[in-house]
Amino acid sequence: MYTEILGLVLMYGLVILLAIPLGRYIGKVFSYESTWLDRIFDPLDRLIFRLSGVDAKKEMTWQQHLVAMLVINCCWLVISLFVLTNMAWLPLNPDGNPSMSGDLAFNTAVSFVTNTNLQHYSGETGLSYLGQLTLMLWQFISAATGIAVCAVVFMAMKEKTTDKLGNFYSFFVRSATRILLPLAFIVAALLVFNGVPMTFEGKADMITLQGDSVQVSRGPVAAFVAIKQLGTNGGGFFGVNSAHPLENPNYFTNIVETCSIFLIPIAMIFAFGYVLKRRKLALIIFGIMTLGFLLLLIPSVISEINGNPAISQMGIGQKAGSMEGKEVRFGAAASAYWAINTTCTSNGSVNAMHDSMTPLTGMFALLGMMVNSFYGGVGVGFLNFYIFIILAVFISGLMVGRTPEFLGKNRSRRNENRHDHCLAAPLAHPGRHGLVELSVCRKPNPIRGMAGQSRISRFQRNALRVHFGFCQQRQWI
Amino acid sequence: MKTHFLPAIKLTILCAILFSGIYTCAIWGIAQLSPQHGKGEIIEIGQAFTSDRYFWSRPSAVGHNAAGSAGSNKGPSNPEYLAEVQARIDTFLAHHPGVSKSEIPADLVTAGGSGLDPHISVEAARVQVGRVARVRQLPEDRVAGIVQQHTEGPLVGLFGPSRVNVLKLNLALDEIK
Repeated sequence: MYTEILGLVLMYGLVILLAIPLGRYIGKVFSYESTWLDRIFDPLDRLIFRLSGVDAKKEMTWQQHLVAMLVINCCWLVISLFVLTNMAWLPLNPDGNPSMSGDLAFNTAVSFVTNTNLQHYSGETGLSYLGQLTLMLWQFISAATGIAVCAVVFMAMKEKTTDKLGNFYSFFVRSATRILLPLAFIVAALLVFNGVPMTFEGKADMITLQGDSVQVSRGPVAAFVAIKQLGTNGGGFFGVNSAHPLENPNYFTNIVETCSIFLIPIAMIFAFGYVLKRRKLALIIFGIMTLGFLLLLIPSVISEINGNPAISQMGIGQKAGSMEGKEVRFGAAASAYWAINTTCTSNGSVNAMHDSMTPLTGMFALLGMMVNSFYGGVGVGFLNFYIFIILAVFISGLMVGRTPEFLGKNRSRRNENRHDHCLAAPLAHPGRHGLVELSVCRKPNPIRGMAGQSRISRFQRNALRVHFGFCQQRQWI
Repeated sequence: MKTHFLPAIKLTILCAILFSGIYTCAIWGIAQLSPQHGKGEIIEIGQAFTSDRYFWSRPSAVGHNAAGSAGSNKGPSNPEYLAEVQARIDTFLAHHPGVSKSEIPADLVTAGGSGLDPHISVEAARVQVGRVARVRQLPEDRVAGIVQQHTEGPLVGLFGPSRVNVLKLNLALDEIK
């Protein structure tokens, strides 16, 4: 058990050690400062922009960012629908897997384009290799969208103006090529050398020692798993995700994959500190997130190590902890660690079956998903946290009776609709891709005509005022 | 809207070439340099071992189907699940006279996450030594020695659990003349 706990300490330490320089690098990428990878990626980006006819230098307002993001997402949806419903006759299908039905294809396409990665199919039988590679493309670019939108919010917090927030396409391409691609490359290379398959051949036949003949599913797994983990995507190549012995063969690959889950989410906080030149604020945010993360993590690990009480009652020794749905090579502690990591960051990949975990772990995993900003998903985790900051600033502004301010920016009545959105946002739980987040970022003219939403939040505001008035009367605050 | 449409399509096609095409091929190329040439380590796939001649592997929710991995996903207090565990305990005790309930490690009566777990815990291997030695008519020390040889310790001796690969262990058993 001692070595299992030491494994967790190593994984956490490793991530922090890597996230600090990576955050600095991401900050440089967004600030358009020179980095040592420019030599490769400057020509590549120029080529991409020239061929796609995008003017990457044009500054956009938040509305233009929104339209650009929605249009390109629509485009991805159509392509995935086509591939998924026609896999049977398209190339790269050595196992002869069938096409998806329309409804399943729609479910899968929407889920992967929005970085959700909900899977109502099993990878071994439900997808061809072309289908897998198409979904892998969304794993790259939906994550890049999240990071790009986060970059826009960084700009909004930094710049004095509101109509010059950088260029969406530029942030998007830079996130994909300069952040996700090199990291995915390194992780995939580590995985293939540790027994994760990367082949285009179909199932392997084998005869077991007891004489049964068995077919073993394979495929281009390593490339897929790397970006699945890094982009907080989570959709597995195989049905059981990273619990599969070919998707996550040993404790070393488990360390690599676990670290990949929240490397970029943590690095984004340090990137924020770098871009805004507010390192102290970034450290405070990091501290709060870490505290929340540990509060979920520690009881979960303890609860899994102690095992399932119902099985203890049967008289079985549970020295290794609760083992239903867990793999022996990872053990109970590393499985619980992954569970909290993956739910806090909205990754969703698993190395053990969460339904079989003890009730406390299940609860903390759910809580991690709901808060979605104890580090949170790539880009969007920070955006969710930003909503909490604005909320806190607004509420404290009411408490002390001053105009709320954050980063020197006035959160006054003139912009009150923004607070309406902020207050409504945690209730509505914004999807992963920041439509709500975009509307809370600095905007010159508030959206009008959202009567329903502002009525709810006006009610909330009045309720808060009544509450604080009551507290002041009683001299509680 | 219109100004964004054409660039979006072109940008998507370029991304497909870069990420689904070039990146995938590059990783495939690197994989060819690896010991398994990217074909995956099939010995890492758990097999069903139910015969008394072999060390048993962990129970599987899918009967060790390597083309359709799955866990049971049963909740820890599910009565149906607990009945299943009880049945596994009874089977185990029937095949291992002299072993008491408290000596059975949990991993031998619970299903793994993938249904293809290639490993068992060291305790799970030790508790089966007596039976395997008896059926194969080998001295217990010798079988225990083979288990010891095939025990994989934590990563660099520090991180993660110890375990035994059941297939490698049983292959080694079969090699004894």
